[in-house]
Amino acid sequence: MSPDTMAVQKKTLLAAEESSTVKQRTITRRQRANIARRHLVEKVAFGFLWLTGLIAIAVLLIVAAYVIVQGAKVINLDFLITRPRGGLSAEGGISTTILTTLYVVLLTVGIATPLGVFAAIYLVEYAGEMQGRTGLLPRLVSVARFGVETLAGVPSIIFGLFGYAIFVSAKGLGFGFSLLSGSLACACLILPVIIRASEEALRAVPRSYREGSLALGATQWQTVWGVVLPAAAPGIITGIVLSVGRVVSETAVFYVTLGGTHHLPTSVMQGGRTMAMHLYYLATETRAFDKAMGTGAVLVVTIVLINLMINYVSRRVTAGLNGR
Amino acid sequence: MMRNMKYIVDRGIRVVLLISALASICIVFLILLFTVREGLPAFQEIGLTDFLLGDVWRPGAEQYGILAMILGSICVTVGAIILGVPFALGGAVFLAEVAPTWVRSLVRPAVELLAGIPSVVYGLFGMVVLVPLVRQIPVPGNAGFGLLAASIVLAVMVLPTITSIAEDAIRAVPREYKEGSLALGATHWQTIVGVILPAARSGIIAAVILGVGRALGETMAMIMVIGNSVVMPKPLNDNPLTIALRAVRTLTGNIAVEIRYATGLQENAIFATGVVLFVLIMLVNSTARLVMRERIKKT
Repeated sequence: MSPDTMAVQKKTLLAAEESSTVKQRTITRRQRANIARRHLVEKVAFGFLWLTGLIAIAVLLIVAAYVIVQGAKVINLDFLITRPRGGLSAEGGISTTILTTLYVVLLTVGIATPLGVFAAIYLVEYAGEMQGRTGLLPRLVSVARFGVETLAGVPSIIFGLFGYAIFVSAKGLGFGFSLLSGSLACACLILPVIIRASEEALRAVPRSYREGSLALGATQWQTVWGVVLPAAAPGIITGIVLSVGRVVSETAVFYVTLGGTHHLPTSVMQGGRTMAMHLYYLATETRAFDKAMGTGAVLVVTIVLINLMINYVSRRVTAGLNGR
Repeated sequence: MMRNMKYIVDRGIRVVLLISALASICIVFLILLFTVREGLPAFQEIGLTDFLLGDVWRPGAEQYGILAMILGSICVTVGAIILGVPFALGGAVFLAEVAPTWVRSLVRPAVELLAGIPSVVYGLFGMVVLVPLVRQIPVPGNAGFGLLAASIVLAVMVLPTITSIAEDAIRAVPREYKEGSLALGATHWQTIVGVILPAARSGIIAAVILGVGRALGETMAMIMVIGNSVVMPKPLNDNPLTIALRAVRTLTGNIAVEIRYATGLQENAIFATGVVLFVLIMLVNSTARLVMRERIKKT
């Protein structure tokens, strides 16, 4: 090869290299513009997302904060420990409604808990082995699951209506407007809450726990009672506390089954008025908005406390399961 | 002998547990039985079409038509969905994809907490704050109580439900989808719009439908702000937008307001209202369940 051709070759090579770098630079410029545009679009879109997210949270917090701040004006020890005067008068406090709420919570949760936990135990511990099989029992299990799902979607006023027909009305069991009627109706409402929470807690218990117990010769019930239930207890308790919150804030069911007298019930066959109902009566019948706000603030604080409790318990669940 | 006892106990307990598990389906059955039994005379005496399509509800004159209430429930639900869903879905995408962990760990429990606040508290807020605001709109016949105030209250109430279910759906999208899109050079926003949201679509739709179900079933807050007059939801004057200021009544409100005083045919008509509401909500909820199931099948 002559030095001439070598020089020519070198030149063409250089030229080619140059042209290719030029080409590359133009592409890069276009790409850079494209990238810049895309990032701008992203910035704008994310800005909007931050905005909607913050607005959503702000709206919710404003409602809670407004009620607490307005309510705090009328809340003092007197408000909490005096009886409401009743009728169309806004005089007095909310002592009897606090106690009635407590009674109703204890009764309702007392009725629903055993039923809900037992149902969950069956669905998790006994029905699991029936998957894919045919026959009467597996069909019953799938019907039971369908029942839980359906029940969870029924609106509370339907539970009220049902409770009115079966427990309150003389055409049904005829308990009248009473704690018993209200609690039985509301127990139906919280049953799916307890079942679902308990199912989840039972499923989280490692299989090896059961296997260990069965291998030692325990029967299935001994395994459930002695090993699985204690391990799942914190999760089940979370579900129960959750349903306490539901009962405290429930109004529609009690509005049509509890009667609404402001007197303190002395037996389960007497009616009463929960805090949430009292708020409703104060706001719509008496139009005493300040006292209603006070009651609302007590309700909101109760719900906050219940939620803090749930967070505390569920943190202990995860700690407990990881620790073991 | 001891061993036998142990197994007999085991068997017995098994039966008790099975009965508990069947309790909820029994309750569903009893609810249906009692509301239908009490409502049936109304369907028979009033006639199904007169009951569903009659727009006059006048218990004194033995006229029972619930069309105005059906439309009232539908209007307020549509209003709440229009107002609430953009914020709920924006909030869900924000929490699942954009928000830093510390923001999320503060906001998520707050949203769950607000879902638990009693509906009467939201209703009270509506009566004290929103209704006076709405009353400022200068239209003759505007009392403040009506569809607009009720829709806003309801939008706030369904916000936590839709947000948390939609966020779960977005989080359930497999990581690989997102990584693949990002690796191809798409920005995070392009990935959200082009990959994550389409993949989470059925879950998001289910969240909105469940929100509709909750909205249809809401009772106390609605009675407090919607006005409760049995009127067809139509505009107050020539401007069609004034429909939002019309005071109407929902199906749920009709039950709660009248059941405690109703007797005879009126009581039957109230139970029939309950049957209609129950059927409506079951339709909505089973649609949501179908949409969800489709998603499970696909993945």
